[in-house]
Amino acid sequence: MALEREKHIAERALLTMTETQLLDLYRRMVLIRRFEDKVAEMYSRGKITGFCHLYAGEEAVAVGAISALYDKDYVLSTYREHGHCLAKGASPRAVMAELFGKATGLSRGHGGSMHLFDGELRFMGGYAIVGGGLPLAAGLGLAVRYKEEPQVVCCFFGDGALPQGAFHEALNMASLWKLPVIFICENNFYGMGTLVQNAICQEELYKFAEPYKMPGVRVDGMDVLAVHAATLEAAARAREGEGPSLIEAMTYRFRGHSMSDPAEYRSKREERIWQERDPIKHLRRKLIQDGRANDARLAAIETEVAAAIDDAVKFAEESPEPALDTLGKHVYIDADGAE
Amino acid sequence: MAQITYREALNQALREELERDERVFIMGEEVGYFGGAFKVTDGLLAVYGEKRVRDTPIAELTIVGAGVGAAMGGLKPIVELMTINFGLLAMDQIVNHAAKIHYMFGGHAKVPLVIRAPQGAGHQLGAQHSQSLEAYFLHCPGLLVAIPATPADAKGLLKSCIRQDNPVIFLEHESLYGVKGDVPEGEYLTPLGQASVLREGKDITIVSYSKCVYDAVAAAEALENEGVDAEVIDLRTLNPLDTATVVESVRKTGKAMVVYEGWRTGGAGAEIAAQIYEAAFDHLDAPVERVATLDTPIPYNARLEKAALPGAADIVKIAERMV
Repeated sequence: MALEREKHIAERALLTMTETQLLDLYRRMVLIRRFEDKVAEMYSRGKITGFCHLYAGEEAVAVGAISALYDKDYVLSTYREHGHCLAKGASPRAVMAELFGKATGLSRGHGGSMHLFDGELRFMGGYAIVGGGLPLAAGLGLAVRYKEEPQVVCCFFGDGALPQGAFHEALNMASLWKLPVIFICENNFYGMGTLVQNAICQEELYKFAEPYKMPGVRVDGMDVLAVHAATLEAAARAREGEGPSLIEAMTYRFRGHSMSDPAEYRSKREERIWQERDPIKHLRRKLIQDGRANDARLAAIETEVAAAIDDAVKFAEESPEPALDTLGKHVYIDADGAE
Repeated sequence: MAQITYREALNQALREELERDERVFIMGEEVGYFGGAFKVTDGLLAVYGEKRVRDTPIAELTIVGAGVGAAMGGLKPIVELMTINFGLLAMDQIVNHAAKIHYMFGGHAKVPLVIRAPQGAGHQLGAQHSQSLEAYFLHCPGLLVAIPATPADAKGLLKSCIRQDNPVIFLEHESLYGVKGDVPEGEYLTPLGQASVLREGKDITIVSYSKCVYDAVAAAEALENEGVDAEVIDLRTLNPLDTATVVESVRKTGKAMVVYEGWRTGGAGAEIAAQIYEAAFDHLDAPVERVATLDTPIPYNARLEKAALPGAADIVKIAERMV
């Protein structure tokens, strides 16, 4: 079983990582959780509107994978992308401001929760069409190969994207051309409210790697080290010119599909089981048990993160709305590069 | 100036831009070893290799999507769709991605992508291979639409499109590939958003683009024999749309007709007519007429197909009624 092997690799990752690296994983995961909790609060207070899909519960996937990449590697995501964007290093201020629809937001208030982008950080965007990001990832991989650069492209998507044609077309193209792409499927068991097994004939999603002739692994998406280790392996392979990989991370969203979804299609028991596997608590326990960090150090990180989130909210609140005259800007780029 | 075909003019533009900019590459079905389904990319693979002239699987959604991604990654892809009919499979990447990325990311990302596609009827290819779909793209903010009629514009517009930074739908007409015309050698750029007045006249303005331009010119010549002096405008690009040139002409003639191969209902002609009404209502002596394809799928039978499409005779008949 793939999971057993990954567990072993995860244990090894824990041993080989420095304390700074481990604490950084913890800090990033806590940052995302606190950020999302705050977003939910701000949403219920009407400060954030529109569609809003929270990442709470799935933090180990984004943090585990992105911590295995270099800064110059590319990341693409979906409409549930606050976590990936923050894990890639985006400023919580700029992300929160975007959710508030403010001019200081990552996308100047024109994108919202589902359309974050930070080119400097090579966070190449959140896309709100299921499966839409996969062809783009293939194209970015093609650009990397074309320019003979060493980067890889890490593309996140949900289990709901598997039945889409875009998934199959992109995997075929990436494999055919040996593109440096890591396809990471976040399997949280539900595409909106539909169970994976009601949406796709092969519910062991990593097995789709086989027909597309690439390695496919299923990892425990609640274990940041397991995801990290699997991504390192996939990235090394991609950098060597050996082509793409598919990673299926088994995870769970602690909230509904979006802020308007009470998730009545899931049982309380099921939710409880997964809450007990909380990836942040899991890492916390592990770090303390193995003597890699003490409670005071971790608590200090939590306090520091809480302050950063409060600061982000204050920044977003105080930021100006986009001016009305920006409405028609950025539709086209003029010949001289002007808007 | 050399007389070359529309097809050769496009090939020349591609060759020159591949030569000029290392970031430019071509990708699409059959563009390499086959030389292009319509032979537009013929000979390019031999010179520029597989890296820059790349054959793809039949997967339009991902061909275009990979083009969008490659453009975001710093390249200047030219994606060929074998025909625009197949491009419908790529509408998600064209409309939801290519056209939106610059705007929805607050101007921080750009997609310098050219999507070339042949379109049009006239070869008895039936309902699924004969459409003219420019209106679909004209409707979507964020996409430029270039639609050349002459070999010179085919070259000049394609080069201009490759050099700018927006996603552009570049529509070629299948019936025009063999048409010959004068094309300047070497550097030649047609500016986007500038219509060309092919024939000056004072009695009626005939606005057209793509293949219908030839019907419009033929009709204008026929009308001349009857003493009607028609002005013919080739729009060359639908977005940007050179409304100013059209309006100036209509102010002079007082009558306007739009001739196009898209379906009559909801076609580009409706938009152009609306803009004429908005800007030149007081100068109009008659309602703006649309001469377009009947609102029916294109039939296979030659006689039926011809009857469905607009032609010079239709233009003459309606113009006579208007003046």
